Amino acid sequence: MIKFSQVTKAYAKGAALTDVSFHVPKGEFCFLTGHSGAGKTTALKLIYISELPTSGEVRVSGFSSGRISPRDVPRLRRRLGIVFQDFRLLEDRTAEENVAFALEVTGARRSAIAPRVMRVLTQVGLVAKAHQYPRELSGGEQQRVAIARALVNEPVVLLADEPTGNLDERATRGIFQLLRDINAAGTAVLMATHDLDLVKGFPGAHLVELQHGAVAYDSSESAAEAEEPAP
Amino acid sequence: MNLVVRETVLAFRRAPLLSALSVTTIAFSLFVFGLFGLVTVNVQRVMGSVAERVEVVAYLRHGTPDETVATAAADVQAFPEVESVTHVSEEAALARARRELPEFRDIFQQQEANPLPASLEIRLKPELRDARHAALVAERMRGFDFVDDVRYGSDWVAKLDHLRNIAGAVGVVVGAAFAIVAVIIIGTTIRMAVLHRGHEIAIMRLVGATDGFVRRPFLLDGLIKGLLGGALAVLLCYGAYAMVDAWLLKADFFTTGESLAGIAAGGLLGLAGSLVSIGRHLRSV
Repeated sequence: MIKFSQVTKAYAKGAALTDVSFHVPKGEFCFLTGHSGAGKTTALKLIYISELPTSGEVRVSGFSSGRISPRDVPRLRRRLGIVFQDFRLLEDRTAEENVAFALEVTGARRSAIAPRVMRVLTQVGLVAKAHQYPRELSGGEQQRVAIARALVNEPVVLLADEPTGNLDERATRGIFQLLRDINAAGTAVLMATHDLDLVKGFPGAHLVELQHGAVAYDSSESAAEAEEPAP
Repeated sequence: MNLVVRETVLAFRRAPLLSALSVTTIAFSLFVFGLFGLVTVNVQRVMGSVAERVEVVAYLRHGTPDETVATAAADVQAFPEVESVTHVSEEAALARARRELPEFRDIFQQQEANPLPASLEIRLKPELRDARHAALVAERMRGFDFVDDVRYGSDWVAKLDHLRNIAGAVGVVVGAAFAIVAVIIIGTTIRMAVLHRGHEIAIMRLVGATDGFVRRPFLLDGLIKGLLGGALAVLLCYGAYAMVDAWLLKADFFTTGESLAGIAAGGLLGLAGSLVSIGRHLRSV
């Protein structure tokens, strides 16, 4: 569903990704780890086509980086949910309005919006705070609003770029559990993080580690190798 | 309420000072344009009434038979430039002189013979009341051998033409200059609004808003600011007109249609400004 094939992304000051290949199948939970500057954020940007690869191909839910037209980019993004470390909420709108905003921009009917917003706010456990503004919410609660906004369009995959980076330990655990619940309900999750404790907390998950813009470790490949009979 | 309208209202509410500033700037540039328009409208109307009086008068030789004159008048009537031909006989000319020039009445009374010639007064069609067409008709009239002399005030007709051309040219140049200024001002306010709302636009894009969707509130914003600016400019023009009319000289204001056209022009300028600005600046957000 997300497939990187020999992807290189070069900027004027050097390559951010070099010959990166990995695959995230439907419904999977995948960690993308590495130190800051390893290329995690660049990889996510290539998935939601904020950037295009210099060479190689990124395939996402039927769209290919090589053939996608600018008109198709919004259609692709409606199939993705994106969450950031800094939440990126609109400060002058309530939690409910922030979530509804994601439906409004897609032209959803107004009568359909309210029930869907309530459903996802219930899912992230924030119904009681639906009418509060971001500044009235804690960091963990703000991230829950952001996750609700990412979920409201029923994405096939949730992309999370260091979603717990700004949170204390308790909020981190809460958000991580929420992401696991979302994954258990069938949505693939690709989570970029440098927090190895989280990775250890979910041993069954797919793990891709980036180092200096290249894939240093991919758990699905080592699993495949282990299954091959020794010569 | 429709989302686009709501976003636009929010844009005004969020940056009321900036919005008021851009409406006022638009209003003032359109106001200056409007003042010039008022001057043009009034000059045009005055010149129109002066142009009414552009006519060619052919004085006839004494003793030209009436039938000859009648035949010639019918011919002249058929000229493409001519609206009407009036034959003023010697007696009619004298009667008119007595009526219109009372201070000379005694002289006209004392004369044994009528000193005034008969004439053909030729009115041109309104759109052809200019020096070139008057000269053309005058030239043709000189071709009749019973015509003694032709007058059409060639000097002042030419001056009138010249004045009208200058007024038209200055109007177009100044109008274009102010239209460009208004487009630049609106473009700048829209660019400021785009930068002001860069965060929001980035989020709209992330959740899958199309370019058209992102653009629409800004276009509506520009349109509304332009319309408000246009309306304010018409009000300011009316104030200026009322003062001139009351204290300086009798003037005319725009017709309702012209005022509405002015407001619409403001709206179009606003729309043009946002279109020019938004295409370039949305990409950089």
